[in-house]
Amino acid sequence: MKILVCISNVPDTTTKIKIAEGNASIDTAGIQWVINPWDELSLTRALELRDDQSTGIKSVTVAHVGPAISEPTIRKALAIGADDAIRVNAESADAYFVAEQLAEAIKKEQFDIIMCGIESSDYNGSVVGGMVAEFLGIPSVSAASAINFEGGVPVITRDIDGGKEIINVPVPFVAIVQKGIAKEPRIAAMRGIMMARTKPIKTLEPVAIEPLTQIVSFEKPAPRSACKFVDAANPGQLIDLLRNEAKVI
Amino acid sequence: MSVLVYTENWDGKFKKLSFELVSYASAVAKMLNTSVTALSIGNVGDDELKKLGNYGAQKILSAHNDQLAVLDNQAYTSVIAEIAGKENASVVIISNNNTGKALAPRLSVRLKAGVGSGVSKLPLSTDPFTVYKRAYSGNAFAHVVIKSGIKILTLAQNSFDLLETPNNAVLEKAEVKVDASFIKTKVKDVNKQTGKILLTDADIVVSGGRGMKSPDNWGPLVELADALGAATACSRPVSDEGWRTHEEHTGQTGKIIAPNLYIAVGISGATQHLAGVSSSKYIVAINTDKDAPIFEAAQYGIVGDAMKILPQLVMALKEIKK
Ligand SMILES: Cc1cc2nc3c(=O)[nH]c(=O)nc-3n(C[C@H](O)[C@H](O)[C@H](O)COP(=O)(O)OP(=O)(O)OC[C@H]3O[C@@H](n4cnc5c(N)ncnc54)[C@H](O)[C@@H]3O)c2cc1C
Ligand SMILES: Nc1ncnc2c1ncn2[C@@H]1O[C@H](COP(=O)(O)O)[C@@H](O)[C@H]1O
Repeated sequence: MKILVCISNVPDTTTKIKIAEGNASIDTAGIQWVINPWDELSLTRALELRDDQSTGIKSVTVAHVGPAISEPTIRKALAIGADDAIRVNAESADAYFVAEQLAEAIKKEQFDIIMCGIESSDYNGSVVGGMVAEFLGIPSVSAASAINFEGGVPVITRDIDGGKEIINVPVPFVAIVQKGIAKEPRIAAMRGIMMARTKPIKTLEPVAIEPLTQIVSFEKPAPRSACKFVDAANPGQLIDLLRNEAKVI
Repeated sequence: MSVLVYTENWDGKFKKLSFELVSYASAVAKMLNTSVTALSIGNVGDDELKKLGNYGAQKILSAHNDQLAVLDNQAYTSVIAEIAGKENASVVIISNNNTGKALAPRLSVRLKAGVGSGVSKLPLSTDPFTVYKRAYSGNAFAHVVIKSGIKILTLAQNSFDLLETPNNAVLEKAEVKVDASFIKTKVKDVNKQTGKILLTDADIVVSGGRGMKSPDNWGPLVELADALGAATACSRPVSDEGWRTHEEHTGQTGKIIAPNLYIAVGISGATQHLAGVSSSKYIVAINTDKDAPIFEAAQYGIVGDAMKILPQLVMALKEIKK
């Protein structure tokens, strides 16, 4: 069996986002790019499953849709332990476009489990994984917080609003992963970094497809009013403000 | 033309979230000069279904089919897509909760409809159809034009006020065909959280961070939550340490919530934490460090020791209730 992990590269989560002149994009100067946190955890779980002989998983491939400048992010995934990589050479126009590129790349090879994160920390779409599954006409399990193997068969825990369900779906399927999927992201060791240099990255040209959405501008969140401080000697005053001023309790 | 809204039920009952969705759908329909059809899938009684009419649905369709007892993303997508076609829907609205996140993207491909995900406001314009959505985990908002004929919007929970517009809604049974080959999800076990207010549903949330110092100090925080009818939450290190359950972890890598009131106790206010709570209507911070970044996000603050302040807040609340 083979696993494919879809990775998006996003600004480091501590980045102070600045909007570029004209508001059409964000200012990328000085941004550190990292693997989207969910994708890092999803890769970690995929590697754990591969390293466990009993699962029968032979390899972990990572896939990314993006221009050549995002290769360092792919190399990082290889350094962490992925076996090989696919890059579709295109700017990500929108989620629909990205998902179709991933689906086409997946059709060229046989993958049993395709993993996507529940949300990219830049676009906050929560859609690419489900779209890939529909393009491929295969099942998807959303909000997956655990993937284990029992008797050679994947058993997945998914979060529903108000609980969890433990389910089976036949391979191939797309798992859209979230909190719980792995504890801590695996980090690259020196040996991994050395080995990553020689691991193959296959570059594919994009298929033609019209995006369905377009970001026309960005704005900063409305500034919040300054904090009103209540004297620590009289916390009861806070309750009064919440009741009579904010009217939220 | 119509606006179709999918209203999920929980054991045959709707929640506030379902009514928020219908209210939002009615407001969108008004902008487009069209009507709202609400779709329910599962076994829901007529009285419950009729409640959707109070928020502006003109037509309420109920699809009940034993094959749909389990949420199978492919099967549900095919049902919603079929109804969207029959109702000639130009906009399909779903919650941005786990179910919505599972269905909206599949529906997008099925209907070739662009998605505006996690919207928290009405569309900015209908021509071009432009939505306002959260981006960069709340550090920016994007104006997104949806170019396709059909549009899908997923609504962020607790972001739209209920709007009562009673209608003489018609109730209809929707006959739906379910392709048996789609039903591939087999549920082996269910583990439901009962009795507690769900964090994602709560109007008020009291949340603790590392400043609570030890898992043994949570008593007064829980007492405050109980007195307010609030859910409890925590920062990531707190759930990582096992002081509180993972269900309570809020932030970029935990739950994203937008209650009316979020009380952060002993939480420093790291960007990754704020990413999960910055859409709250009011944030209150209690922290010993007057320079903690959480005070920049808060409207009300107390600089002081949580252990001293929490019990006094509980007392003050009890005073009022007398
Ligand atoms: C990729 C990534 C994702 C992350 N995702 C999340 C996430 O989803 N959610 C999240 O929360 N974090 C997340 N983090 C971690 C985040 O960066 C912070 O480390 C974390 O939020 C800090 O938690 P805290 O505020 O509880 O603890 P601290 O930062 O240690 O703050 C404790 C606060 O308590 C105050 N304090 C101390 N004593 C008292 C007292 N007696 N009374 C009152 N106040 C007191 C202190 O002044 C301090 O401000 C993430 C980090 C990374 C790298
Ligand atoms: N450009 C991309 N290349 C590969 N995978 C991506 C890309 N963008 C998004 N994804 C995957 O889709 C998930 C959800 O992204 P989104 O729908 O943007 O929130 C991410 O966690 C990734 O797994």
